[in-house]
Amino acid sequence: MTTLLEAQAAEFAYPGGPPVICGISLGAARGKLSALIGSNGCGKSTLIRLFAGLLAPTGGEIRFDGTPLRSIPRRQAAQRIAYVPQATSLVFPFTVLEVVLTGRSPYTPRFRFEDGRDRERAMEALSTVDAAHLAARPVTELSGGERQMVSMARALAQEPQCLLLDEPSAALDLKHRAALIRTLAGLRDSRGLTALVVTHDLHLIDPVFDHVFALRAGALRAQGRPDEVLTDAVLGDVYDDPHVRTRRVEGRTLIWSN
Amino acid sequence: MLKSAGPRTTAVRLWRAMALLLLLLLAAAFVALWAGGRTLDFAALRSDPFARTLFFRLRLPRVFMAALIGASLAVAGAALQALFRNPLAEPATLGVSGGGAVGASIAIALGWGSQISGVPLVFVAGFCGAMVAVLLVHRIARSGALLLPGALLLAGVVVNLIASAAVLAIQYTTDSSRALEILRWIIGSLEVIGFGTVWRMLVVLAPCWIALLAFSRELHLLAMGEDTAGALGVHVERTETVVHVLCSVLVGVTVAVGGAIGFVGLIVPHAVRMLFGEDLRIVLPGSLLAGAAFLIAADVVARTAFAPVELPVGSVTALIGGPFFLWLLHRRQRYSAL
Repeated sequence: MTTLLEAQAAEFAYPGGPPVICGISLGAARGKLSALIGSNGCGKSTLIRLFAGLLAPTGGEIRFDGTPLRSIPRRQAAQRIAYVPQATSLVFPFTVLEVVLTGRSPYTPRFRFEDGRDRERAMEALSTVDAAHLAARPVTELSGGERQMVSMARALAQEPQCLLLDEPSAALDLKHRAALIRTLAGLRDSRGLTALVVTHDLHLIDPVFDHVFALRAGALRAQGRPDEVLTDAVLGDVYDDPHVRTRRVEGRTLIWSN
Repeated sequence: MLKSAGPRTTAVRLWRAMALLLLLLLAAAFVALWAGGRTLDFAALRSDPFARTLFFRLRLPRVFMAALIGASLAVAGAALQALFRNPLAEPATLGVSGGGAVGASIAIALGWGSQISGVPLVFVAGFCGAMVAVLLVHRIARSGALLLPGALLLAGVVVNLIASAAVLAIQYTTDSSRALEILRWIIGSLEVIGFGTVWRMLVVLAPCWIALLAFSRELHLLAMGEDTAGALGVHVERTETVVHVLCSVLVGVTVAVGGAIGFVGLIVPHAVRMLFGEDLRIVLPGSLLAGAAFLIAADVVARTAFAPVELPVGSVTALIGGPFFLWLLHRRQRYSAL
């Protein structure tokens, strides 16, 4: 199992602030779904922004396929890594298709517009997340969940090798949460997509995800298969909550806090 | 509907928008050259030397001046709105115009009448004031790596209020003739004799237009969010800096020469958006042409509405722009994050 996107002793602190990421080494395995869990403010989003190249580590290194991420030109990196941010508050009423078409911009030369083929890819991406019917709608009129699907479609239109998702299911209803996880698993199985997903939906991890990383206070506390990490002891430590309980039922791990 | 993202490609929509707006610009220019205290036609131009002087020394340069200033304010407004993801951003609301007014007022009050290589010191001072305001607002609105659009708008409004107070204080303490000169400058004017100033402005403004249009793809992506743009390969901080500098130069120069002509940078980009959709790669060049056409037309109104009395063009744009701004606020459900 080789890693595609990897943090090597990565450290990060905002200027003048305390360390947010304290020497984390972990890697998203090629062609696998990895989940990143941890309590609020433990550094998950910062870590995923480091992986996306939106922040530069203040120590250590991020590598893509063995090459330091900072040495890969931005547009080339955008052809390999796509990032779906936590909340997307779009101000201007772009149409959904316009938003998804921006996913093709890393492939489009300057002063050129997207061509018919790019439009096809964008529509395919929308169909993949079951949102093709929204194509002509202004994004400002969509619900939070629909916007999340549009962001996901934009990322898929980038045709990345690695997908980074920051709480993609936060605004989704039960049905769409399950659909999103199915879509990710389908892309992994059919196209060998690598994905690293920040999530609080612990019950969606097992059995679909291949690997789980558990963070606490900017450090990696545990990693392994979902059934190894999603245990009373590990989750109690990671969330600093002695009341967390887990139980495996019909091949899934159920999690609750008393 | 024109703005649908239907089957038409972006390139087709761009060229259609350009053709329509170019026609509009030519029509506005034609009316502006013809209308005025004395209407000019081809026969008069052929036979009457006075009419020729009026046409080539006053009316034609004035139309060019209106076009340069209108185009610059509108394209800067469109770029700033995308850069700060704020539909209410425009040169005036970002404090640029206020800063320019303070700079120019100080120069007028101190009686700096000299020129630097043909450029009056008042223009230079206006430009420097605008730059100081830009830097101040930008610094206040930036928190760490993030630019906070809400803070930016508030900072801009407050800088403008401080600038107005400073200008009032300067006017109050200086002698009455200079106070009047400051007032005339603030109101803004497109009065120009000959092409000297027009060419000098064009040398500075045209490269800024071209550079800004070259960033239209980055601005299109930035309008969707800093993180989204960064993840799509945009050098966010570099783009923000370059676009901010370009807009500041554009607005600084126009404010220095034409005074504080408000609202062009606000209403023109929105009109272009409503007609041709949100794609910044259409909105930016569209605003350039539409801005030129709008200010030429506003100047025709200013010159002819109460002829022979000439209204300041800044008051005409504000009388159209102010209500438009309020209407935009009223229907802000179109924009989700005001």
